[in-house]
Amino acid sequence: MPPLDLILNVAVGGVLTGLVYGLMALGLSVIFGVIRVVNFAHGEMMAAAMFLAFGGFTLLGLDPLLMLVPIAALLFAAGYALQAGLINSFINRPEHSQFILLVGVAIVLVNVLLMLFGPDAHGVQTSYSFDSFELGPLIVDATKAYAALAALLAAAVLFAFFRFTLLGQAIRACADNYTGALVIGLNVSRLYALTFGIGTACVGAAGAVLILITDVTPALGPVYTLQAFIIVIIGGLGSMPGALLGGVLIGLTEALAGLFFTPSAKSMFAVAALVIVLLLRPQGIMGKRLR
Amino acid sequence: MTKTLAGHPSHGAGISRRGVLAGAAAAGSLLAAPAIVRAQGGPLKIGVILPLSGVQAGVGQSCKRGVDIAPALLKQLGYTQPIEITTLDSETNPDVARARAERLIADGAHMLSGPFDSGAAAAIAQVAEQKGVPFMINIAAAPQITEQGYKFTFRNFQTAPQIISRGLALFPQIFAATGQTPKTAVLMHVNDTFGLANKRAIDAIFPKMNLPFTIVESISYDPAAKDLSVEVAKAKGTGADILMTVTRLNDAIILVREMVKQRWEPMGIISPGAPGLYEQQFLDTMGKYADEIVTTIAWADPTTEITKQVETEFKKVFPRDKLPGHIFNIGFTFEALLVCADAHKRAGSTAGQALAEAMRKTRIEKRVMAGGPIEFDEKGQCNSIASIVLQNKKGVPTVVLPKEVSAGQIVFPMPGWSKRG
Repeated sequence: MPPLDLILNVAVGGVLTGLVYGLMALGLSVIFGVIRVVNFAHGEMMAAAMFLAFGGFTLLGLDPLLMLVPIAALLFAAGYALQAGLINSFINRPEHSQFILLVGVAIVLVNVLLMLFGPDAHGVQTSYSFDSFELGPLIVDATKAYAALAALLAAAVLFAFFRFTLLGQAIRACADNYTGALVIGLNVSRLYALTFGIGTACVGAAGAVLILITDVTPALGPVYTLQAFIIVIIGGLGSMPGALLGGVLIGLTEALAGLFFTPSAKSMFAVAALVIVLLLRPQGIMGKRLR
Repeated sequence: MTKTLAGHPSHGAGISRRGVLAGAAAAGSLLAAPAIVRAQGGPLKIGVILPLSGVQAGVGQSCKRGVDIAPALLKQLGYTQPIEITTLDSETNPDVARARAERLIADGAHMLSGPFDSGAAAAIAQVAEQKGVPFMINIAAAPQITEQGYKFTFRNFQTAPQIISRGLALFPQIFAATGQTPKTAVLMHVNDTFGLANKRAIDAIFPKMNLPFTIVESISYDPAAKDLSVEVAKAKGTGADILMTVTRLNDAIILVREMVKQRWEPMGIISPGAPGLYEQQFLDTMGKYADEIVTTIAWADPTTEITKQVETEFKKVFPRDKLPGHIFNIGFTFEALLVCADAHKRAGSTAGQALAEAMRKTRIEKRVMAGGPIEFDEKGQCNSIASIVLQNKKGVPTVVLPKEVSAGQIVFPMPGWSKRG
């Protein structure tokens, strides 16, 4: 049995990483929860956001945390345009058509990134890249702490938007009752475009903070798409708090599995957690049971 | 009037049996033409395969510098025959490396070289053997590559057991020179072909070396890992006096960065012969945190004339780059091409069999890397490569032991992360 302080340190690191994962998965959950479209280009969009942060840091010397809002805004615009210009016309088509469309978007994104940045890994090294905070027996990685804090802030803004603004409530109305939303005169197409934009803005924010923790390559997308799927399925498809919780659970599971078993097999335990949730609670921890 | 294949009378445009036979013969001679051309001489075409992108891109690009300076250096050394070198990217993927090898041979390569990776080397060796094209490995340590009975594969690099046995044999010199002896070590190693070959070698050789410390735990990880915080926390939790590592480049950066963040300050980080900790990209990225990290490794002999020629040519071609952080990759990559050129000169032919025969008789006294002459045993393995103790000092990998070739003083234990100015 490892000592308690070691377990605590590893667990805290896992939770901090998990919060960033949660922010990433939040975008997927928002889009699916409202539009019922599964964004198979999710990971690729995040890789694009990470490259934007990398570019801003390398060319302009801007800290990725400072670029969080501009990158989220840029991804919002891209997501809005994508939904309004392309995905909206696929909304009532069979699911496999939507699937192929978004896989196509993902392939285009990967190749554009390859053309622009090449296949190599790129990362940023900020002035606090080697810093950590000592809190009693805990040593907290400063980069992860900042990234997790930024993720929490972004998630809080998103929750507040959906709960306290008219626009947010209108989007929730679309999610709850599509026909009802049409009947009361809501512009559902516009609201869908806004929702997709908000989802991709979450991905943009997550990408801006994730570049602090890990390097990016154009081929990174599928890894994060899969991870986001695991997280939202564990948390509950369409549940925003569920996505955040799922992220934390995956971060924690990977960290503790690495400590108690073998680090090279930690991803296996994340998938095992998914299987257990699917067996015991198919709708996810915070998801609603579909009838 | 001739009969067509179907037995119907031909009316001018039909296909006759004789025509088909003549066509087949013509096509056959065309298909055979490259082989005949290959065997008849002309410029020596060497296909080099390196990981120019992907996880090992940094090291691959470093090796590529060795290819870039080779033509001028070979001419200076008297290898004036025409040589064409084509370099392709393995994308740090053994399957891609295999496909690149096939493509290079199809394009007329007489010899192959590269690929800085044991997995890729094993894949290329199979192709080389099948096609009868000599394959000169620059860097790849998995012992099984030269244990398959291959006739066309040659390696001027230490095998994993040689790396480990020669590296571990230098550890007592480190402790004796500083009067500091660790009692325990934790081993962290990548779990790719190279990492596992080294781990197996450590498991087999360490107990026989009678070293003053024990290995309390071994922790393996994916060389493409994005986060090593758990691995480092686990290693720190062992309370080991030293960290022994078998790394690649990117993971070496992540690993040491994580050690700094977790404020883990063992007596030393000592690699018993692996890339990463002395590479220029590692030195540039880690800055002061790279200093006093030790690697026992094969290294360039700074006293030889040919090493000085390499230095001069490198400065000419790459005026902004620092040679020490590249010399390991450049040295072995250049030597691989040197062996190819030397074999070609002696063979007087570009035929695969003749080149392989000449390579088996290789004996090159003047070499870049420290050790005896380049020559191969019956398995195609060069066994004369020596190891030294290397320590990073102010951003420069510096030979510190054995004393007779040292250019700096060994520091052990290494200073803590917070005591580095």
